[in-house]
Amino acid sequence: MWRHCLVIGIAVWLAGTLPAGAFIAYVSNEKSNTVSVIDTDKWTVIKTIKVGQRPRGIEFTKDGKFVLVAVGDNDTIQMIDTATQQVTDTLPSGPDPELFVQDKAGKILYVANENDNTVTIIDIERRARLGDVQVGVEPEGMAISPDGRFLINTSETTNMAHFIDTAARQVVANVLVDARPRFAEFKRDGSELWVSSEIGGTVAVIDPAKHTITTKITFSIPGMRKEAIQPVGISIVADGKTAFIALGPANRVAVVDAASHQVTKYLLVGQRVWHMAFTPDERFLLVTNGVSNDVSVIDVAALKVIKTIQVGELPWGITIAKQ
Amino acid sequence: MIRLLVGVVVGLSAFVTSAIAADPVEIGIGYLRRPAVKPALSLVEQPAENDGVAGARLATEDNNTTGKFLNQHFTLEELRLKDGDDAAKAAVALADRNVGFIVADLPADALLKAVDAVSDRGTVLLNAGAIDDRLREEDCRTNVIHAAPTRSMLADGLAQYLVWKQWKRWMLVVGSHDEDKRFAEALRRSATRFGAKIVQERVFEDTGGARRTDSGVTLIQRQMPVFTQQAPAYDILVAADESEVFASYLPYRTWDARPVAGSAGLVPKSWDAAQDQWGAVQMQNRFLKLNSRRMTALDMQAWTAVRMIGEAVSRVNSSDRKKVFDFLKGPDFSIAAFKGQRLTLRDWNLQLRQPILLVDGRMVVSVSPQEGFLHQVSELDTLGVDRPETKCKLY
Repeated sequence: MWRHCLVIGIAVWLAGTLPAGAFIAYVSNEKSNTVSVIDTDKWTVIKTIKVGQRPRGIEFTKDGKFVLVAVGDNDTIQMIDTATQQVTDTLPSGPDPELFVQDKAGKILYVANENDNTVTIIDIERRARLGDVQVGVEPEGMAISPDGRFLINTSETTNMAHFIDTAARQVVANVLVDARPRFAEFKRDGSELWVSSEIGGTVAVIDPAKHTITTKITFSIPGMRKEAIQPVGISIVADGKTAFIALGPANRVAVVDAASHQVTKYLLVGQRVWHMAFTPDERFLLVTNGVSNDVSVIDVAALKVIKTIQVGELPWGITIAKQ
Repeated sequence: MIRLLVGVVVGLSAFVTSAIAADPVEIGIGYLRRPAVKPALSLVEQPAENDGVAGARLATEDNNTTGKFLNQHFTLEELRLKDGDDAAKAAVALADRNVGFIVADLPADALLKAVDAVSDRGTVLLNAGAIDDRLREEDCRTNVIHAAPTRSMLADGLAQYLVWKQWKRWMLVVGSHDEDKRFAEALRRSATRFGAKIVQERVFEDTGGARRTDSGVTLIQRQMPVFTQQAPAYDILVAADESEVFASYLPYRTWDARPVAGSAGLVPKSWDAAQDQWGAVQMQNRFLKLNSRRMTALDMQAWTAVRMIGEAVSRVNSSDRKKVFDFLKGPDFSIAAFKGQRLTLRDWNLQLRQPILLVDGRMVVSVSPQEGFLHQVSELDTLGVDRPETKCKLY
């Protein structure tokens, strides 16, 4: 305990002295049941927080006071207080939560429950369940349109992106994509929705107004068998010009020209790359490597991997905010 | 459930384009099964009464969850043969009821009869239960898709691991029934293919007798060491006993302290209740919830067959069996089945490519193809009979 206080004390003291660009990243380690906290100035793990069973989806609340982490095997979402870096509360997520997304105001949380084909809607402040929406088999990927009107959920065995009207809380459209859609991401201007299909090996670019696929991004890496190319996490920079797509067991992140939808480069990262997050200034992109138990740091301007940080076992999700 | 479905449909039609408000696409899938389940030596491995069909039921639910968003509806027509029933007649009866797709869990000969009886009706069969290579080779048919792996795929999956493990000297013990001999044949082929050596073969004669007795293990404990003594130096005992007569008696009872594989010990399978990688836990949980038991390989093969139909129907958005079958055979078809990669059909014999799990009854020990076994088309084609060796001529 003494040592903990000391560490926190030092961390607090450091936070006070660091330049304004200091960020902090939280990484969920699916196997170790921990969350690693990374200081992005020193690129080192400064703390490891014990959480529940099988932590995966992880996200800062909009006010930065908490980090939410879905602990699937405990059927709940834990709240890590970012001041004390300890789990202080839980949210009633429904069974086996995996990924989730907040509304713009940070008041409502939408959670994909893999085990019972539902999306659960939660009032974060009241820690109360508001209702749920029936979706396809094994809901996973979650995104919210920049205007807040539509929630997107992808269902892995149904192979769809479901468009849910956030006011009516009803499915209003479905777009069939390739096998095992795992992640959904909007361009910041809301003009395109990207959905990655892990087993299909493609990323569908969807027109959110027409609910149709405009193009599919495909990948080809010399010497790599196509079954090993399994797109998962997607991040698109704010200006909508460049996107990054994690390719799972292909151990690479694809750099995509987000206007032409062509892959321009493959960056070699660690083994089984899952998810990713930008630093708030978008200078760096951090990606989790599930099998090699580390996080790769990509310099976004140079398009180079500049650093690898060892974390816990089977790192999965990542979220970054200002310290 | 009905009320819920109606609610969803009404909800959808209120919001979505008029196309969805049209008549639903109805797809009837038949499930034709053999009369009896084969008894196992181990009481815990005794197949359930609904082995196989339970997977087909879950897949029908999964198809319908997807179908409610596409205005497609799937039904499963189950038909179980009685002893002496003619599989051909049963298949015709299903075809008469306008069932376009029949998932079959039948022995090879019965399957061929059923297939040939409905081939002029445009009915497509999906073989979920027969692992015989000949159904994909000299006896292949244009209207059968094979969701079950072949014996040679299972044997190759095991052999790759044993070779990787450097257990290359095998003692092969073969049962006295035909299917045991066929499995042994597949194992010999695998040994030659991947560089293992069968140092000796022994035959375990089935002299009849009960699988369970009150005297229990006493006798077995004396028989098995004697049966396996005086063997040349070997690394692993490989048993071919599909008829469940002796293999499960071998682990811990061999004269020399050696591991056992094949029909007992480390067993190659398409699926196992212990499989928890690649999102499989969701699948295992769904199955457990629906059937109050764990999921077997046959359940998975039936689930995969029914899901393949559902997947194709969702892509072509039609119940036209020719369109659906053409899509299944085409280059765009693939299915996700919790095996870590997409599964596709071998276009020369309509066999589903799939990884093979190696299980010990409690855990998944490994999954083949093993690292380093390379192939110019798909590493999954290192398992089983490959295109250049095939005897199948579909067209």
